[in-house]
Amino acid sequence: MRQRLVVIGNGMAGARTVEEILARGGDFDITMFGDEPYGNYNRIMLSNVLAGVEDESGIFLNDLSWYVGHGITLHTGTRIERIDRLARTVHAADGTATPYDKLIIATGSRAFVPPIPGLHRPGRGYHQGVFAFRTLDDTRAMIRYAKEHQRAVVIGGGLLGLEAARGLQSHLPHVTLIHAAGHLMNAQLNEVAGGMLKQSVEARLGIEVVVNGRTTEILGKHAVTGVKLDDGRVIECDVVVVAAGIRANAEMAAASGFAVERGIVVDDRMRVRDEDDVYAVGECAQHRGETYGLVAPLWDQAKVLADHLTGTNPLAEYHGSQVATKLKVAGVDVASMGLKEPERDDDESLTFTEPAKGIYKNVIIRDGRLVGATMVGDVKKVAFLMQAFDRGLALPEERAELMFDLGGPAGEVKVEDMADDEQVCNCNGVSKGAICATVQQGCKTVSGVMDKTRAGKGCGTCKPIVQRIVEWAAGGEVEEDPAASYYVPGIPMPKPELMNAIRVHDLRSVSSVFAKLGGEEDAKSKMGLASLLKMMWGGDYVDERDARFINDRVHANIQRDGTFSVVPQMKGGVTTPAQLRRIAEVAEKHDVPMVKLTGGQRIDLLGIPKEKLPEVWADLDMPSGWAYGKSFRTVKTCVGSDFCRFGVGDSTALGIALEERYQGIEGPGKMKLAVTGCPRNCAEAYVKDLGVVAIDGGKWEIYVGGAAGAHIRKGDLLTTVGSAAEVMVLTGRFLQYYRENANWLERTYAFVPRVGIDRVREIVVDDKDGIAAGLDAAMDASVAAYRDPWKDRDQPATPGQFRTSLPLTVLT
Amino acid sequence: MRVIGRVDEIPPGEGRAFAVDGQMIAVFRLRDGSLRATQAVCPHKGGPLADGQIDLKQVLCPLHLNAWDLTTGCSLSGQPDLTVYDVLIDDDKILLGDA
Repeated sequence: MRQRLVVIGNGMAGARTVEEILARGGDFDITMFGDEPYGNYNRIMLSNVLAGVEDESGIFLNDLSWYVGHGITLHTGTRIERIDRLARTVHAADGTATPYDKLIIATGSRAFVPPIPGLHRPGRGYHQGVFAFRTLDDTRAMIRYAKEHQRAVVIGGGLLGLEAARGLQSHLPHVTLIHAAGHLMNAQLNEVAGGMLKQSVEARLGIEVVVNGRTTEILGKHAVTGVKLDDGRVIECDVVVVAAGIRANAEMAAASGFAVERGIVVDDRMRVRDEDDVYAVGECAQHRGETYGLVAPLWDQAKVLADHLTGTNPLAEYHGSQVATKLKVAGVDVASMGLKEPERDDDESLTFTEPAKGIYKNVIIRDGRLVGATMVGDVKKVAFLMQAFDRGLALPEERAELMFDLGGPAGEVKVEDMADDEQVCNCNGVSKGAICATVQQGCKTVSGVMDKTRAGKGCGTCKPIVQRIVEWAAGGEVEEDPAASYYVPGIPMPKPELMNAIRVHDLRSVSSVFAKLGGEEDAKSKMGLASLLKMMWGGDYVDERDARFINDRVHANIQRDGTFSVVPQMKGGVTTPAQLRRIAEVAEKHDVPMVKLTGGQRIDLLGIPKEKLPEVWADLDMPSGWAYGKSFRTVKTCVGSDFCRFGVGDSTALGIALEERYQGIEGPGKMKLAVTGCPRNCAEAYVKDLGVVAIDGGKWEIYVGGAAGAHIRKGDLLTTVGSAAEVMVLTGRFLQYYRENANWLERTYAFVPRVGIDRVREIVVDDKDGIAAGLDAAMDASVAAYRDPWKDRDQPATPGQFRTSLPLTVLT
Repeated sequence: MRVIGRVDEIPPGEGRAFAVDGQMIAVFRLRDGSLRATQAVCPHKGGPLADGQIDLKQVLCPLHLNAWDLTTGCSLSGQPDLTVYDVLIDDDKILLGDA
């Protein structure tokens, strides 16, 4: 027989948990009890209903057909009064008893109503004109009453109180907000931010705000006529709304003998303390001493509970939530996370205020990590801040970038303002509408949407906006994709962990990595693993040709028609008449359709069929230029000091030396270099993965992390050295550090800012970690193991290595 | 079904293209030893699927990395589906059946 799962509570927590259970294929006979007479609705939207900007019907999350469709028995308007732990039954107010095998308590919370004289009338509940703000019924009653009255007082200047005040303005002309603490939203904001919010709420919305105001009495005989404050002031009003916080609905659980403090006490698996089969989730639950009143922690809890209950992941644990909130509070954008004020002497605190616009921004940094942020009036940077806060990312050198968009294109486009048919991914032609549709079909991870639509899978520059659209379309329910931190998608490990496991288990082939660490082989992971293993093991790497991308199987770059391009090495962009003559003869002999100069100062022979590659290489008899791999590509140079009037250093000779030494070295991404003979930058060294610039006095500047492709970035100055020999060493050391530490396909323009140029300098130039000698030795080994792949042309490495794959000519 | 080639013409984990009645068929030799056969030309932009990387489930076109299920031919990245063919190993021979 199927296990009987009973859920007490049909609010956001209960219903979401059931959704998560169903999503995991949980097979239960499910019965749900809801105190309210409705299906499950989005309580957060009640303020919109109150303000009249959302229709009641728009806030329902699961209609009755959802319950029927999933075979769930739903009892609405039925309050559970008692749980019999021993008999394992729940008892409803209507006298019925329902047995359970597994029980979830999701009774939520209720409005906290402070004991103010006059709030209640004996035997009649609230005084005429007094409302709590918690349920759809509360909201309906409030709207009905407010429409016929003039002045409202809202007690409570937290989030809910502000929303209530804003909503009431739609129904009556005068709203006063009374807050007992010294500033608004004191749980989330510091005093200055709270003050800024007060100013905006008063000036822009016309809501009168009283802080430090303790309400001592509700006045009025038959109906409310005013409220009295402890300083004796009386504020006339005919409606009072109490929004002074929430309290967990835990009394029923306590009376039934469960562990209850401020909420129902649960462990890291959301089980009620000392119970094997009873769980609690949402605002009624107390986890590690915390109760939460926001929706994000509840999503996390529901997942863990479902993982555990269904056995999908019996080890899943909830460790509490870092509460980060981004809200439109009464029309004003507010975001807060972590600390609201610095706590230690060495906490960095940065603040920007622009009172005229009601803008306040504050970030708090500890040991280089974001530990708190508050934004009022301008929350443009909040997505970035939340990520940095959640994941402990390295922060930009230029701290002001935490608060403002500096440089770059002005102002980010607002996702909500974009038209549905606006093209977002210009490489793969994906519109905003297509991305939103994919999210609506239930795909709620950024990487999942990118896989399905291919948005962001071209040059990658649109990834940030794809991410924002997904976040927007998912309404804040974006699911974290754990795979985002993996080196390759098929092995669940970040790069350092993966490298360690490879060493520990002595894994020298791609198939052995899958067998030991990944379970099943994954086509999308093979190339990245092949690159990593080659880098780690050098000559001891066990090369499995199927792990290579086609370019690496045939040492040429595949073109749109399935033919290949052949780029012979031309070190430093310097050639000779003999070389040019040879290339010309080969091009003529093989009817090469296009001969083109490349941006890397070489000559490209395009349109070579695969089966002709070995013959073309033999006729050229030149080394490979590696214009096809995730590898060291080329060193672009200017004419340098031999001929140029301005050249101050022999850039050409240095470029040739660099290319000779580091040719063909594989890495996580392409490595394009340049050496330029003076700061006029003719060889574009400022925008290369590593660029060297000769400056007067026989010195060389080394820049790293530059790019001028889909992404444009000027490199960061790593250091200035006095000799070409030092350039050679530091280049090798930097490239090796990049090879060992960058993620797969992470170019230096992303890697260097991620690590931070100061840290890169510490390691590569100053050798603070004492690993320089090791990096140099590893690079030496790679250089020594280098072999020109175009020499391997007499015998195919595998059967049919160069066999055509396209019907360019019909095979016989 | 008929013989279109020998299994050892395809290295493990790779694909090769075979001409069959003027049609190009990509045959893949999975690392578990079994074979799969699909149309050779990518329906997206004509890429050579036999040059793609595979695992036990999917093939990735080398041009734009679109993915298809090797057994069903279903696209995994929003492209038209592939035609798939029955394919068997007989001794060391590749036997191709119908689409």
